[in-house]
Amino acid sequence: MQTTVQRTTPYRVLALALLMALVVFFAFPLFWIITGSFKSAKVINSRTPQWFPLELLNTGEPGWAAFLQVVGLPILLAIAVIALLLLLHKKQALHTLGLIVGITVMLGAVAYALYAYISQTGTSWPAAPQLNNYTRLFSKAALKWLWNTLFICAMAMLLTSVTATMAGYAIAKKRFAGRALIFSIFVMAMALPKQVILIPLLKEMSFLSLHNTPWAVILPTVGWPFGVFLMKQFAENIPGSILEATRIDGAGEIQTFIQIVLPMVAPGIGALAIFTFISTWNDYFLQLLMLNTERTMTISVGIAKLQQEMSTDFGLIMAGAAIAAIPIVLIFLIFQRFFTRGITIGAVKG
Amino acid sequence: MQYTLAEQERKRKRRENQVGYAFMLPSLLFFFGFVIFPMGMALVTSFTNYSMTSFDFVGFTNYVNAFKDKVFLQASWNTIVIVLVSVPVVTLFSLWVASVVYKMGNAASSFYRVIFYLPIVTGTVAVTVVWKWMFNNYYGLLNYVFTNLGIISKNINWLGNPAYALWCIITILLTTSIGQPIVLYISALANVDPSLVEAAEVDGANNLQVFWKIKWPQIMSTTLYILVITTINSFQCFALIQLLTSGGPNNSTNTIMYKIFQHAYQYNQYGYGNAMGVLLALLIAVFSYFQFRLAKTDNE
Repeated sequence: MQTTVQRTTPYRVLALALLMALVVFFAFPLFWIITGSFKSAKVINSRTPQWFPLELLNTGEPGWAAFLQVVGLPILLAIAVIALLLLLHKKQALHTLGLIVGITVMLGAVAYALYAYISQTGTSWPAAPQLNNYTRLFSKAALKWLWNTLFICAMAMLLTSVTATMAGYAIAKKRFAGRALIFSIFVMAMALPKQVILIPLLKEMSFLSLHNTPWAVILPTVGWPFGVFLMKQFAENIPGSILEATRIDGAGEIQTFIQIVLPMVAPGIGALAIFTFISTWNDYFLQLLMLNTERTMTISVGIAKLQQEMSTDFGLIMAGAAIAAIPIVLIFLIFQRFFTRGITIGAVKG
Repeated sequence: MQYTLAEQERKRKRRENQVGYAFMLPSLLFFFGFVIFPMGMALVTSFTNYSMTSFDFVGFTNYVNAFKDKVFLQASWNTIVIVLVSVPVVTLFSLWVASVVYKMGNAASSFYRVIFYLPIVTGTVAVTVVWKWMFNNYYGLLNYVFTNLGIISKNINWLGNPAYALWCIITILLTTSIGQPIVLYISALANVDPSLVEAAEVDGANNLQVFWKIKWPQIMSTTLYILVITTINSFQCFALIQLLTSGGPNNSTNTIMYKIFQHAYQYNQYGYGNAMGVLLALLIAVFSYFQFRLAKTDNE
């Protein structure tokens, strides 16, 4: 895409300023989760909020702490703005500089925290008071919850990728009877609210004795037709002539599918896999209905339960929220391009 | 040998059918087993008094009861308020952000996409619990900041006050709904044919004219899609309600989705719950229909 030169108009300055404020507003909840997870009950229950979890630094120098408390947020904002302005710059060099500034500051902060931590407590890592929230969290079934979530997401991702790729290819390239009808049922089902079917689904799972097992979440997720829809869009781009040529060469259907079709729709599978993983991770309602013992819970359900049981133990709840959010945010950041592609292609061509 | 061609053709067709369905089979099994079958069951049981102890056909009783149920009417009203506020705000706001961002370089537009998507990937539950803390009457950040800035004179119990609770929920819903529309609009705006824009500019059209006459019609299908998904999402808003207010205070934040959950899970009235689910589906269908109509007339 060609980038047009942007004139600096008052509107544009105003727009960028507003955008910057929104960036802070949208990033703030995650910031507050992570910093909150390092705060002790004393800090959390004081009327004056602490912008940084100063106890994590624990330098024992009140001067530093007071300094950070006063200037910490403005400094953070200033760095964010500088990094952003550099990122926005057209010149590649300045752009890179912006990235370097951002990364250095982050690494510096981590290094400083580590240094302060170690110099204060020696090298013994575990059970420091500042990590109290995490110690308490993991003394509950949090690791089990993480594992359950991971298992559900991975299985849902795998099964959805396989079934949707096969079906998407068939709908796009095979002229079988009833193809149009099946596809329109898929599309209509997608427009209906998913939650409406949850009560019958709950009964169905009890009937199959799958209630309170991971499969009660996995199977309905795989049944959801979005993946078929997405893979059909990708499979339509396969030239018919190539399939025809392979057929004339005497390749069987399965061979064609594996050797020709799969490589050509690989980007689509990537997009679908990452999309399924993230949306399954966050599909709280289905998990809440299907999983109801401490042993089978996912991390989302676990935190919701913590929140209901100890509603003002914010430190513990934030530690749980951080554990639930950080893995998926990292996965999202790494595979961002795939993910974006998935949601745009699913929409724009439909 | 005269019929070989027809014979071959028939054979080829049969084979195409067999292969097609073989590839469809796994997907169809899951789809019919865990989507279509429960949908059918939802419809059928909505005409029964299905509960822990009974399962008898009762005709339209559940539907009639729903319209007599004051809490259901209140919940429907709240749901409609949420939809009527969030859908236009999300659409216009995401269009604005996308129009500011889409011409920037790749890295910058990626940056904004990530930021606005952050509340969604962070996860509904994580986002909800942190907001619950920020809204807290005593320890919440919001009261601290607002009283210090002099906006409010004393602490407000945001989630415990019927006048504010629904608006708090709508605010959080907005932050978790806006990411996908922004991504969609950025790619739609980037795909607008540049030669049309240039031609219009040569003819002396200003920015606003270029936007309404050239770009807007070309991104109409994206707008329609955004309207539909935002509507569906807003109608289904559940986790926010359950974790923040449990429908309270005094049902001021109860929604259809939350009420269905209560009847299914706490009162074990599956038949009644399913009837409300069917009504919700109908309501969504009506909204989608009007959005399609609107988009159509706008396009012509």
